[in-house]
Amino acid sequence: MEKELRLMKGNEAIAEAAIRAGADGYFGYPITPQSEILEYLMEANPQATTGMVVLQAESEVAAINMVYGGAACGKKVMTSSSSPGISLKQEGITYIAGAELPCLIVNVVRGGPGLGTIQPAQSDYFQATKGGGHGDYHLLVLAPSSVQEMADFVELGFDLAFKYRNPAMILSDGAIGQMMEKVWLKPQKKRSEEILPWATTGKPATRERNIITSLDLDPARQEKFNLKLIAKYREMEENEVRYEEFMTEDADYIFVAYGTSSRICQKALQLARAEGIKAGLLRPITLFPFPKKRLNELADRMKGMLAVEMSAGQMVEDVMLSVNGKTRVSHFGRMGGMIPTPEEVVENLKSFIKG
Amino acid sequence: MAEITFNDIIKPENLAYKRSKLMTDNVMHYCPGCGHGTAHQVLAEVLEEENLQERTVGITPVGCSVLMYNYIDVDFQEAAHGRAPALATAVKRLMPEKFVFTYQGDGDLAAIGTAETIHTCNRGENILIIFINNGIYGMTGGQMAPTTLPGMKSSTSPYGRDVSMMGSPIKMADIVAMLPGTCYVTRHSVNTAGGVRKFKRALKKAVQYQNENRGTCFIEVVSNCPSGWKMTPVESNKWLEENMFPYYPLGDIKVPAE
Repeated sequence: MEKELRLMKGNEAIAEAAIRAGADGYFGYPITPQSEILEYLMEANPQATTGMVVLQAESEVAAINMVYGGAACGKKVMTSSSSPGISLKQEGITYIAGAELPCLIVNVVRGGPGLGTIQPAQSDYFQATKGGGHGDYHLLVLAPSSVQEMADFVELGFDLAFKYRNPAMILSDGAIGQMMEKVWLKPQKKRSEEILPWATTGKPATRERNIITSLDLDPARQEKFNLKLIAKYREMEENEVRYEEFMTEDADYIFVAYGTSSRICQKALQLARAEGIKAGLLRPITLFPFPKKRLNELADRMKGMLAVEMSAGQMVEDVMLSVNGKTRVSHFGRMGGMIPTPEEVVENLKSFIKG
Repeated sequence: MAEITFNDIIKPENLAYKRSKLMTDNVMHYCPGCGHGTAHQVLAEVLEEENLQERTVGITPVGCSVLMYNYIDVDFQEAAHGRAPALATAVKRLMPEKFVFTYQGDGDLAAIGTAETIHTCNRGENILIIFINNGIYGMTGGQMAPTTLPGMKSSTSPYGRDVSMMGSPIKMADIVAMLPGTCYVTRHSVNTAGGVRKFKRALKKAVQYQNENRGTCFIEVVSNCPSGWKMTPVESNKWLEENMFPYYPLGDIKVPAE
């Protein structure tokens, strides 16, 4: 398959991009609003072309543990779900992080808590960026704001996951998963035939047996391992922070927003500028690692920052930690599947400015 | 007839049983008299005799055998509690040429992992599931398992398992035998030399069936837990024969058509 321009849903773009990125396996379970990923892959039947395994598991729990098994063989494997299903996967995710395995997890977020709603939300930020399961760990979290980025972040997510031997997550939402946009798809990559030295692929006489585990009953060794993980996360913070800025050069106030909210803020900042307010936008692309340094720099010359999220206020805490009191920070959000309009974002900015 | 001395007995040429080369030198953490050590040894013998080391991926459970990877010299993955069959599913599908087995206890396979067990068997994944059933949670200190016998005492059934409250012990081998995906379901023991030989033959058949892609093989080993049962090893083996075997009868439950 050559490079190709298509009109696709965000969910379909993820599925097609996974095939083209040379993924070895996808293990999923249906849940709205992301079932198109599994449906698309079943229809595309890549097993017959690239050899990619696609399997509908009996539960999200089984699916993430299939990912664990596949990742432990050094294979490029992934799963996808939406909020309630991602909660179920947390057990597997912490084991994968603890066993230092690479894999890709997609969360097409819907409103919660509980069964919540099937409409888009950004209320899983804490879960995605602070670990999610038990124990001290982080995922590498990418936040797409377009169908193009849904496609692009599949390969990027896999690359980063293998670079750090750490699970990566695409934190999307029901709006980006369901909407259709044009998307450039990359040419088909061949699936890797490389046997990774740490992978469990059968022990030849030439090496010791490989053991993939997250267990160490010796507290001193386990603490050493925890420190190793922390060092890895610091390295990600040094090397992998990604963000985008809009009109921040002369801005007095900036929005901080990712994914769907960042698109709304792009329109809101134009409306604000038309009213004479010097507004800008910083869009974090990686939510972990978070663009802490850049926000701290910007805080030196900003009168304030408004975090706009479809949540009760989650990312805003990271913005506050980043600026460390240098400037005013507040939050505006809608919840329960409601999406803010640019106009109400501007109104909120105005009342924030008034203080 | 010349008298056989101790020194004759230990001569290499007179050894009927020896430690498999695939058993490591690590000291086992299992309690004296526990069946796990024997089951490990028999499995290692089969992996060695069938030349499987280079293409074996084993999946260990959560429970007493969580540290099995310390004892047998093949590649291992350590699963979350009950999830070993899900890991094995992916390993086998991604690398069909490998020999893939899980090794699970009764809490792991018959309680928390019930869904994974049933669906892996139902899909007929070409893997071997080895199920060690000793009717108790050993690792966590002797709590009631789904396979604990009626009236049997444990730390969470101190007055004996009351089936009117807790249901009857579950016979997983009989359940998975009903699923078309399983090709070979059989129940064994390792508390006697005869039992060990039969278990070994069953493992060899399972290797053959997996090589022939015939579906899921499920081998249950009805075993003891001297510590959890609060008995000496000898007492526990007697109790095993008198109580466990009548409820979990040994022998083939399902065999493939030849």
